Amino acid sequence: MLIIYTVECASFVAGSIARKMDDNDVEVIGFTGCTDNEYAIKMLVSFCRHPNVGAVLVIGLGCEYVQAERLAHIAAKSGRLADWFLIQDTEGTKASIAKGLSIAREMYRKLKQQKTVPMHFSDLMIGAECGGSDYTSGVAGNMVVGGLFDALVEAGGTAIFEEILETIGLKQVLVDRAASEDVAKQIAWTYDKAVDYCKEVHQYSISPGNFAGGLSTIEEKSMGAVVKSGTTRIEGVLKVSETPAHGGLWLMDSTPDPYWMQFGISNPSDNEGLTALASNGCQLLFYITGRGNVIGNAVAPLIKITGNSETFKKLHKDIDFNAGKILDENCTRSEAVAELAGLVCRVAGGELTRAEETGHKEFYIPYKHQNKPFCRK
Amino acid sequence: MKKMNTAFQINKKDNVAVAVHGIQEGEVKVVCESSHYNITAIGNIPKGHKIAVQDICAGEHIVKYGVDIGVATKDISAGQWVHLHCMKSFCDERSSHLDVMTGAPSDIAYL
Repeated sequence: MLIIYTVECASFVAGSIARKMDDNDVEVIGFTGCTDNEYAIKMLVSFCRHPNVGAVLVIGLGCEYVQAERLAHIAAKSGRLADWFLIQDTEGTKASIAKGLSIAREMYRKLKQQKTVPMHFSDLMIGAECGGSDYTSGVAGNMVVGGLFDALVEAGGTAIFEEILETIGLKQVLVDRAASEDVAKQIAWTYDKAVDYCKEVHQYSISPGNFAGGLSTIEEKSMGAVVKSGTTRIEGVLKVSETPAHGGLWLMDSTPDPYWMQFGISNPSDNEGLTALASNGCQLLFYITGRGNVIGNAVAPLIKITGNSETFKKLHKDIDFNAGKILDENCTRSEAVAELAGLVCRVAGGELTRAEETGHKEFYIPYKHQNKPFCRK
Repeated sequence: MKKMNTAFQINKKDNVAVAVHGIQEGEVKVVCESSHYNITAIGNIPKGHKIAVQDICAGEHIVKYGVDIGVATKDISAGQWVHLHCMKSFCDERSSHLDVMTGAPSDIAYL
């Protein structure tokens, strides 16, 4: 169940309702800006129809651009339980929290009556993002995820990888994997845009921790990052909030399009990329880290994987899977892939991830522009 | 017992290998796919960093994963540590002035 606020002014009421519900299946997301932004609205719409979401309560203040009623209508039309109200039409904070709580409890009761149905491995859509990368990312963590993605694609499932900013230096490597000439052009356009972005902001997607961990250049980090996509062909490039047309491996473009001669900010933190992957419809997310992270995601369960056994030892209550065992020479890559597949099936079946256990529910919905068609030269 | 120095060369075409456990000066076993060979480390190599497995001249490309990941900024001998002090990115213009151990940028003043 998702409680959505349409502007920062409504976030306190939305958050209060969720806190009072105090349930792992009730999450809050929202857009902070009182600004008209198609990108953010598309993201909110994608979550109203997300496969992990069964009920939506949208709470607005009443004077903002994002329309609570229209979001609730989209969720209802898709067969989900949905409701909405505006705080300005209710008698302030306390009355709004009481009203929201009563709606949420009734929705939750109905939602719990839904029967579960069996799903296959091939029904899964999984997104992968890495963060806090070190030397183990390219040789362990992302290697294991790449192996799992190959198996998922072969089974007929859908895999999405992102971080085009972490493919710098690898244009040809990606273009050579395109499923068609048209897809090759999409990849080339997306790549060139990412390079222009980095040049413009004088910032490549590599941080002091990456260097200290043994990575010397963005090209080296990129190659380690691209390994997580496995080896299958790339079916196409997805924009944020776009659902893939069919199974297979897809590349997601999260770089803003240039707008009024400016790009804006691309990846302020990994939470943005993960939220963007969830907006593509992923039911599950992978986060591959070398140096460690503790985050989760509000919409899709996040399985955290490290290739660094020391990081796993330190953060074993936060990290779900240690791919570092393939470096410690007591486990082959295919054994680790099989073990990860087992974990994926258990999480898809309802087993809590470390992030869920610890109460992490991060998300990030930014103001951004991404509405340019792929340039087809 | 002293642990044997080991480095992993990911692709046969690579001219660097990864010091997965950190390397002490001296003999190193370089593992590449199913075979291995020995080189001599010149100085210690920090954990996770790269060691040159052959002589690399200034201007030559550094190859890892079978892909060019940067360019040598000075001559590098087989067995030497390869990092920010002797290589740079093809595109990232800030890549070679960072602190060699912490990676922290030195071109922004904290005033």
